[in-house]
Amino acid sequence: MTTTLRPEALHVPESGLATEARAATVVWQREMIRFVKDRSRILSSLAQPLLFLFVLGTGLGSLLNSSAGGSVGFTTFLFPGVMAISVLFTAAFAGISIVWDREFGFLREMLVAPVSTASILVGKALGGATVATLQCLVLLALAGLVGVPYDPLMLLAMIGLIFLMGFMITSLGLVLAARVRQVQSAMPLVQLVITPLMFLSGALFPLSGLPTWLAVLTHVNPMTYAVEPLRSVVFDHLDVDAATRARFDPGIVWGTWPVPVGVQILITLACCVLLLALAVWRFRRTE
Amino acid sequence: MDAPAVAVRGLVKRYGNVEAVRGIDLEVARGETFGFLGPNGAGKSTTINILCTLVEPTEGHAEVVGLDVVRDRAAVRRRIGLVFQDPTLDAPMSGEQNLRFHQELYGVDRRRAPARREEVLRMVGLWERRGDEVRTYSGGMRRRLEIARGLLHSPQVLFLDEPTIGLDPQTRGTIWDYVAELHRNDRDLGREEITVFVTTHYMDEAEHCDRIAIMNEGRIVALDTPDALKAQVGADRVTITTDDDEAAQRTLRTELGLDPAVREGAVTIAVPDGAGFVPRLFDRLGAHGVAIRSVTVTRPSLDDVFLAHTGTTIRDAEAGPSMHPTAMRMRR
Repeated sequence: MTTTLRPEALHVPESGLATEARAATVVWQREMIRFVKDRSRILSSLAQPLLFLFVLGTGLGSLLNSSAGGSVGFTTFLFPGVMAISVLFTAAFAGISIVWDREFGFLREMLVAPVSTASILVGKALGGATVATLQCLVLLALAGLVGVPYDPLMLLAMIGLIFLMGFMITSLGLVLAARVRQVQSAMPLVQLVITPLMFLSGALFPLSGLPTWLAVLTHVNPMTYAVEPLRSVVFDHLDVDAATRARFDPGIVWGTWPVPVGVQILITLACCVLLLALAVWRFRRTE
Repeated sequence: MDAPAVAVRGLVKRYGNVEAVRGIDLEVARGETFGFLGPNGAGKSTTINILCTLVEPTEGHAEVVGLDVVRDRAAVRRRIGLVFQDPTLDAPMSGEQNLRFHQELYGVDRRRAPARREEVLRMVGLWERRGDEVRTYSGGMRRRLEIARGLLHSPQVLFLDEPTIGLDPQTRGTIWDYVAELHRNDRDLGREEITVFVTTHYMDEAEHCDRIAIMNEGRIVALDTPDALKAQVGADRVTITTDDDEAAQRTLRTELGLDPAVREGAVTIAVPDGAGFVPRLFDRLGAHGVAIRSVTVTRPSLDDVFLAHTGTTIRDAEAGPSMHPTAMRMRR
């Protein structure tokens, strides 16, 4: 069948990369609008990492200092880990928030548009990553309080790594959200998945001298490969001797091979792509 | 020649063992306002979802402005506007932000976007409230905003799924005014007229449509203009009150060969063309000295049409026809 479509009557262009990019951008912008409007969320999500850093960090630190005797305080060690915990909760929430979009119908508005589901979810993941990074900027400002220098290169590297981690965890949140129909079951699900990721990532304790079962679990946790580069960047800019560094920042070792930071970042990138692809696949199947 | 706005052939949709749509054929011309009527579970929503590319048919073909809804999904989506039964607005964003979001999502030309937003916002009377968060809007305002949004990308076909459900009668009327205005605007500007495909189960609203299809149990049981459908069902009713009902009744019988009924102090006559009959009625009764105090001409309503075509209720129709539309509304 032939069709005659008068082009001047059509305001909507045919598909293309530019159209998809515009769609992803506006989804990202909406996340920003929501973030700015929701001040209580900003404040409450800062409380948890600050408690971890200053209460848990100081409390456990006093216990360690007597025996460790290193030049690095426990709060210094904890600083990148707390950053990761902040990203973990903020980004997971950003991802799972799509359950609310479904509940209030707005997800439908997004998914019936003449753009691919991937563009919508990329916009969401970028939004979650940006929100997580913005939250961390407040924590980064406190670096001096825990003995971490304000080195511009270090700060830039940390921001980049935090953004990447945020993208990965938001994608994970989207994967989880794909099949959740009820808003009430969203938060428990996040807790169930995020808490083990946090404890098994090396965010709260060094990965050296662990019993085998725990070492295995930390090594299969993708979060580990996102946390370690962050700590590595911080320790690169600290004035520490090799023994202290080996104790607090032993890195990730596969068998006898110490995994380079570059490879860790590549693993994180691969996880970003895989999780997002999985989310797209699951959303296409269910909506 | 332009392809029809909607063309459906042998459409079937099965969910497991349930056959929601059982083979329908349908053609909607460009510029038409087409009403899709039927009780809940008749298959209306399934059909509209297939046409909007949201559900794939089990069998048969469906085309929108000549494009296949399965093969040319994205192309169809670009050319249609959608207003769903359930709300799909983002409450924390303002009315205008919701519209801007939609324009970006549909890739509307940026230079024309602000002017178009103003145009549709003014049309639905929300221009003054454009900066307020949608959460502060009433139900009617939200529905109007959804309709404005559905029009933003200048679609060729606008699908409205139960656009007036849950609204007060005044707002329901306003929604139909917009539909009429859309056609008028297009005509005034010499543009191709927008096609409006609307589902409803308010019988009175079907009067606003050029043609109606009545769906029941997955099939189209009637398809025609509202007038033609009503004409199929039966005659108009002319009800008069007079000074002397006895004399009026006698005159109608002997002079015009009709069979009037007297009920509650009024004389009712069934005739094919009620309006055309009134002059003759005055003439004959006047000649016999019967003074008429009032005349009412009642055309058969679409409620009557509906009952006639949806088999299950036809036997109950005589017992209390006014019951059915209400009962249907309550079941939602």
